[in-house]
Amino acid sequence: MIAIIDYGVGNLFSLTSSFKKIGAEVVVTSDKSVIEKASKIVLPGVGAFGDASKKLLESGLDKVVIEQAKNGKPLLGVCLGMQMLFEKSYEYGEYNGLSLLKGKVVPFNLPKEYKIPHIGWNALRFKAKSPLLKYINEGDCVYFVHSYHAVDLDNSLIATAEYGTEVTAIVGNGNVYGCQFHPEKSGDVGLKILKAFTELGE
Amino acid sequence: MITKRIIPCLDVKDGRVVKGVNFNNVSDVSSPVTLGKYYSDCGADELVFYDITASSDGRKLFADILTEVAKNVFIPLTVGGGINTLDDFDRVLKCGADKVSVNSGAIKNPNLILEGAKKYGDQCVVISVDVKRVNGKFTVFAKGGRENTEIEAISWIKRCVSNGAGEVVVNSIDTDGVKKGFDIELLKEVCSAVNVPVIASGGAGSIQDFVTLFKEIPTIDAGLAASIFHYKEVEIANLKKVLKQNGIIVR
Repeated sequence: MIAIIDYGVGNLFSLTSSFKKIGAEVVVTSDKSVIEKASKIVLPGVGAFGDASKKLLESGLDKVVIEQAKNGKPLLGVCLGMQMLFEKSYEYGEYNGLSLLKGKVVPFNLPKEYKIPHIGWNALRFKAKSPLLKYINEGDCVYFVHSYHAVDLDNSLIATAEYGTEVTAIVGNGNVYGCQFHPEKSGDVGLKILKAFTELGE
Repeated sequence: MITKRIIPCLDVKDGRVVKGVNFNNVSDVSSPVTLGKYYSDCGADELVFYDITASSDGRKLFADILTEVAKNVFIPLTVGGGINTLDDFDRVLKCGADKVSVNSGAIKNPNLILEGAKKYGDQCVVISVDVKRVNGKFTVFAKGGRENTEIEAISWIKRCVSNGAGEVVVNSIDTDGVKKGFDIELLKEVCSAVNVPVIASGGAGSIQDFVTLFKEIPTIDAGLAASIFHYKEVEIANLKKVLKQNGIIVR
């Protein structure tokens, strides 16, 4: 059973539908015991970092996610959920993340011709081997919507996308993974990434 | 680099797709769910569902249908039609929409965009504008193109974007239905006025019209059309092949 963490941020409908589509058992939950029993955890998120991290903190689920991840349970952060895996974000202020990965989240600083947010389908460039890439190919396109991106990573960079800079697209270190784009909105390619995630540790 | 997007638009009334959709290999030609899946499978980059229902029963049915579509389609969904309040945003987002397209609702209440963007983020709010030339001036029309608002279009679009609209759909009434190509002149003006994605709508009649659009306006992000896709006058897979051959980056 995969637990999608519900901490009152964003639309979990599409993520749930995507996991169901690939035949995975999934539950949307804010219940600590359900998360502890789950085989894998998905941390979603849309909106602003400050607001989301406050809600996660208030729910107390931040500690559960950190503890479970440190125990080796596979964790996937999606979009803002990925950004929250890092140490800090500088979106409208300065906020602490979960510090499961080294790095920080900063606003795009792009040449004038690049529109912000980075919205649309962009091709993945592979930077390291990862089980998450098992079913997809370099150059496959995924759907991005974001105005901030993760930088100063240590060894967790798995894939990037080119948008006036090298945008962090997929990260992973040990059992902790993240996608900046929306796999649940990225057609077959996105479903294949989710499938690879559900098969981790099997 | 980000790819150029091809977006089919489906008008839904009382739970069914209208405009006489005409497929041979689709069993239920006016089911939004079947058509949504069909387009998603053949390479559409996004889907726009437009609720043209007038009654509240129709609205409820639309919500049920949208939920069913969203369960089965794994590309971005934009929903428009009858969006006048934040409750309307909430109603369609809960059914699985990713973006909400506002048109007449923003003309009636310009704060709607501001409020929507504040609550759901800029990326969620799409301003859709129907534009027609009146005495040589680009003018905004409301109520599905029936009512002249006498608002100048470019300044209106700029205002909507500064209020937080994250994307602009520009529908040219002058070229709509004529099938002789997009309104390049209008779209060029919009693209140079704003720094958010611009989606061209109205006038596509052939594959060449999309090639011309992306060649003439390198900063335009997407081309939207309805009947030419529904009637298979243009097939999306083929369209993308030709765009690629012309050096235009597509998925």
